[in-house]
Amino acid sequence: MARTALGAPVERREGLAKVTGAARYAAEHHLSGLAHARAVPAGVIRGRITGIDTGPARAVPGVLTVLTHENAPRLAEPDDATLALLQNPDVPHRGWCVALVVAETPEAARAGADAVRVSYDTADHDVVLAPGHPGAHEPEEANGGQPAGHRHGDPESAFAQAAVRVDVTYRTPPLHNHPMEPHASTATWDRGRLTVYTSSQGTSDVRSVLAGLFAVPVDRITVRAEHVGGGFGSKGSARPDVVLAALAARHTGRPVRVTWPRRRMPTAVGHRAPTYSRLRLGATSDGRLTALLHDVTTHTSPVRSFVELAGTTSGVMYATPNLDVVHHVVPLDVPSPSWMRAPGEATGMYALESAMDELADELGMDPIELRIRNEPDREPAGGLPFSSRHLVECLREGARRFDWHHHVRHAEGPVLIGTGVAAATYPVMVSPCAATAAALPDGTFEIRVNASDIGTGARTVLAQIAADALAVPLDRVRTEIGDSDLPQAPVAGGSSGTASWGSAVHEACARLLNRLADHTGPLPEHGIGVRADTSGRADADCPYARHAFGAHFAEVAVDTVTGEVRVRRLLGVYAAGRILNARTARSQFVGGMTMGLGMALTEGSTLDPAFGDFAEADLASYHVPAHADVPDIEAHWIDEDDPHLNPMGSKGIGEIGIVGTPAAIGNAVHHATGSRLRTLPLTPDRVLTALNAR
Amino acid sequence: MDSEIQRSEATLRVNGKPHTLLLDHRRVLLDVLREDLDLTGAKKGCDHGQCGACTVLADGRRVNSCLLLAVSLDGSDITTVEGLSADGEGPHPLQRAFLDRDAFQCGYCTPGQLCSALGALAEAAAGHPSHVTDPALPSGRPVPLDRTEIRERLSGNLCRCGAYPRIVEAVEDVIP
Amino acid sequence: MRSFDYVRARTAEEAVEAFTTHPGARYLAGGTNLVDLMKLGVERPTALIDVSRLPLDRLEELPDGTLRVGATVRNSDLAAHPLVRDRYPVLSQALLAGASGQLRNVATTGGNLLQRTRCTYFQDPGKPCNKREPGSGCGALAGVHRDHAVLGTSPHCVATHPSDMAVALAALDARVELYGPEGTRTVDVSDFHRLPEDRPERDTEIRHGELITGVLLPAAAAGAPSAYRKARDRASYAFALASVAVVIRVAGGRVSRVGLAFGGLAHRPWRARVAEAALLGEPAAAGVFASAVDLELAAARPLPDNAYKVPLARNLALDVLTRLAPAPAPL
Repeated sequence: MARTALGAPVERREGLAKVTGAARYAAEHHLSGLAHARAVPAGVIRGRITGIDTGPARAVPGVLTVLTHENAPRLAEPDDATLALLQNPDVPHRGWCVALVVAETPEAARAGADAVRVSYDTADHDVVLAPGHPGAHEPEEANGGQPAGHRHGDPESAFAQAAVRVDVTYRTPPLHNHPMEPHASTATWDRGRLTVYTSSQGTSDVRSVLAGLFAVPVDRITVRAEHVGGGFGSKGSARPDVVLAALAARHTGRPVRVTWPRRRMPTAVGHRAPTYSRLRLGATSDGRLTALLHDVTTHTSPVRSFVELAGTTSGVMYATPNLDVVHHVVPLDVPSPSWMRAPGEATGMYALESAMDELADELGMDPIELRIRNEPDREPAGGLPFSSRHLVECLREGARRFDWHHHVRHAEGPVLIGTGVAAATYPVMVSPCAATAAALPDGTFEIRVNASDIGTGARTVLAQIAADALAVPLDRVRTEIGDSDLPQAPVAGGSSGTASWGSAVHEACARLLNRLADHTGPLPEHGIGVRADTSGRADADCPYARHAFGAHFAEVAVDTVTGEVRVRRLLGVYAAGRILNARTARSQFVGGMTMGLGMALTEGSTLDPAFGDFAEADLASYHVPAHADVPDIEAHWIDEDDPHLNPMGSKGIGEIGIVGTPAAIGNAVHHATGSRLRTLPLTPDRVLTALNAR
Repeated sequence: MDSEIQRSEATLRVNGKPHTLLLDHRRVLLDVLREDLDLTGAKKGCDHGQCGACTVLADGRRVNSCLLLAVSLDGSDITTVEGLSADGEGPHPLQRAFLDRDAFQCGYCTPGQLCSALGALAEAAAGHPSHVTDPALPSGRPVPLDRTEIRERLSGNLCRCGAYPRIVEAVEDVIP
Repeated sequence: MRSFDYVRARTAEEAVEAFTTHPGARYLAGGTNLVDLMKLGVERPTALIDVSRLPLDRLEELPDGTLRVGATVRNSDLAAHPLVRDRYPVLSQALLAGASGQLRNVATTGGNLLQRTRCTYFQDPGKPCNKREPGSGCGALAGVHRDHAVLGTSPHCVATHPSDMAVALAALDARVELYGPEGTRTVDVSDFHRLPEDRPERDTEIRHGELITGVLLPAAAAGAPSAYRKARDRASYAFALASVAVVIRVAGGRVSRVGLAFGGLAHRPWRARVAEAALLGEPAAAGVFASAVDLELAAARPLPDNAYKVPLARNLALDVLTRLAPAPAPL
């Protein structure tokens, strides 16, 4: 009898390759005749190219060619206009790619890129976001059809009449995904066939985009991403590197690699847009919410409309008869924002969960009790029953493990110690996916699905799903992923990868078992294979509101000498369906919390009002948390048995860890100091200024 | 304008094997490893000494290979992640500890973390203090490594997946 | 990065000779800052004179008790050296508060002093910067300047010097030893770095072709209580928002010797001469420390977004001063 593989802390299948340096990433495939390309960024904020002098660049030894809008191959118009590269002279924002230098070596490409001279007609620009900006509008839908607002009851009147009111505005800065592997692509054309190695969260989608841009059938394009050095949303769709590599390879007839320099990433690969969240909470004197109004102001670019939907989770969390969620989007002359881990949830829940802490303070109530008192029986915005919701259990279990009720603020010399709590949520999403499963004569099984492993352990968990479905030992299952020639699959994004791919794998395995039951005698030489496709079912409407929930607890130390804040303890408890691999799941939860710690304390980017790009462009100035910032972090979970999810019973786990962490830390800083800071990150300048204002 | 690319010959011993190369003076050690020797274990995360993904050992000391001009290293002994375990043997104990602890996710910072940790262990054994070492600790003696010490000493290696707590545990596992 | 000539020097004489015969040359030691800036297109040398293998990699004690640190001693080795840890703890602490283990293993004593500013406008050839391109303007004044200088600024430049080590050296009254076409000379570390005035392109008083051959740590400061403290945006691997180095001796309850320097506040390590003068001979008491530091920081002229540096520097200085020179316990 096969032991149940699902849930077990199985070691990553690609682990040995990663720790020995054998795993190959996108820029590590050596093709014969490879050329290296480097993009030239626009040096103005908004305008139009009036001339490009490529002569000096072409004279640099080793430079093969310089592509500009004047000579680059024409592309079909893309859905995502950030990919219409080198097609026209318009400059929508600083850092936009205006030329591409192709050379024999990376050194020559760099020297060539430095030598390209571009002249522009410049136009007025506006890059500064503020609430009440005259350019603000309310989108009805955003990011491909999601509703951008919700309203029920009479929120303004209810708020005005509430016994206890909180009216506060929280602010989050632009943030950068900064996966450790910069975006990179290597492309080669061979007799009309395009092969690309790229760093992507989903190569089936990249293939579709390239097919459209280059007017080539998808079956003549292969996009591979065997190992991906993180993405966090920034590799969730085709980015400029892959288009430029394919463009340059077609133009030169040679394989071309484009690696995106770290400090050019913020203007090219998307960022988390800054937000202002005005929260108005009205409550009865015993802590029942009577009104919740969440008004978000954020920016987008003129090129690609993307809305950081920071208000959406305010329609999920707490029961209230009067609710208003509205987003105001201001198109500015800024680099295009895009997905970053828990896009909307992380920023919005920072605001909501901080405001709830403020309300608990106003009420003189324990913040956990306040949340429990406002537990809804249906999703407040959508009105549907929850498929499962164990937020209260997470809060209680977390309080027990953290010893929440025995914590008192105290001082250790000049260092103030405090604790904070915040809730978290993330929606359950799932997309159609295809997969094949085959039984081979040697007794092994082969699963093929174009899943992407961006660090989640996709290969491993899919093998576990298959082994369980087939009731065979795990070591008899092989998984092939990361290649667009495999059955089509959605991106590793929205915490939906495992659910989407796993559903297809599970179904393929179930079909295979049926086929094998009908089969007699030895298997044919090539085995027996079946295919499954969850289209029409995975994306069918569900009569339940499906979300994961969690609770975050933080203990911080605030140094009153410097204003430096350090996290001493961080603990999360999650209710996210069934956990499919205890080892890799824990790593994802802890990873999300670590990024949340960065969002709370160290990570902040500034749109330069004078120059229109980000002042903190490199990793010396944009402070991703370092080892020394990160304490021991605990992640725990409550097993949920939810039949309304997918065959595995799982919810997504990749993003929820970031969602409540910033508010938990901010609330802890308030607890320690008595100062309520409402702008992230909580860097020494802000904290010291607040301490001195006490 | 440049009329030609200036080059010089240099010999580097990489993972025990000597390589004599005619080097573009601009070429950094990281690009020699990745482009000329096809040793892609050392990673290019930032190319400016700001992330540590390119960390290798040069004459036994951990260094950022992205900032070292290869031509200046003539005669040096370089060890990359590919050379941490001897041929024919299994992974190095620290590599094994990383697997046991799930001390990585995407894996891109991992080779740098491994090389850096081995360099850091050697530094502590040689009596090198860190920012968090008690100044009262007598100089010239090995520095004991607790978690605070490990975290400080590995802070030149960024990890965006947030594997830090697991990395610290893995390093603890191999402290003699 | 354009192509360049490469010359490895075996002696200081050879290095200076090669420098003078290669117009547009730069000395290369650890390269952790120079190679970085070459990749950014900020530094564009036509030749590199490699001085990393000069026989300047040792510490030696001179007959008068001075500790001479060779220019190519690596930051990590300097920080770990028992003589430095025992006699000049502020220097060891400052070195260890900077950069990362990997960078400290490569960066040299001389190179650390010659680090260039981390100002984002200086690092981006696509933006104006009077330091990089004299006359082009200062991007930081109208742009983002939270990290910039509050003391000794000029309308042309508000950049800060990024070194931690140099701040400790200033407080220790260390001297820089230079060798160049005109021979050997020494300059006080406190006078080695310049204020921007109207020539922000000049970071230091170093003359064309001169090479740093060493740093001299005076015997007078050896063994004095000393410490370095730095505030930064993350717990490690970040430049100082502000920092302080203090060397202080107290005799009979009064300050008998003091060196006080700030990092992260100015175009050079800011030697707090005003505060030092106010402290010398006075009782070692918190109120005296506070008045002296306030007197020093009264000269600060913050920009809209970096005013926090003044109270931060004050807190750092008072914390370290009171720690090193605690008020005598009441009888």
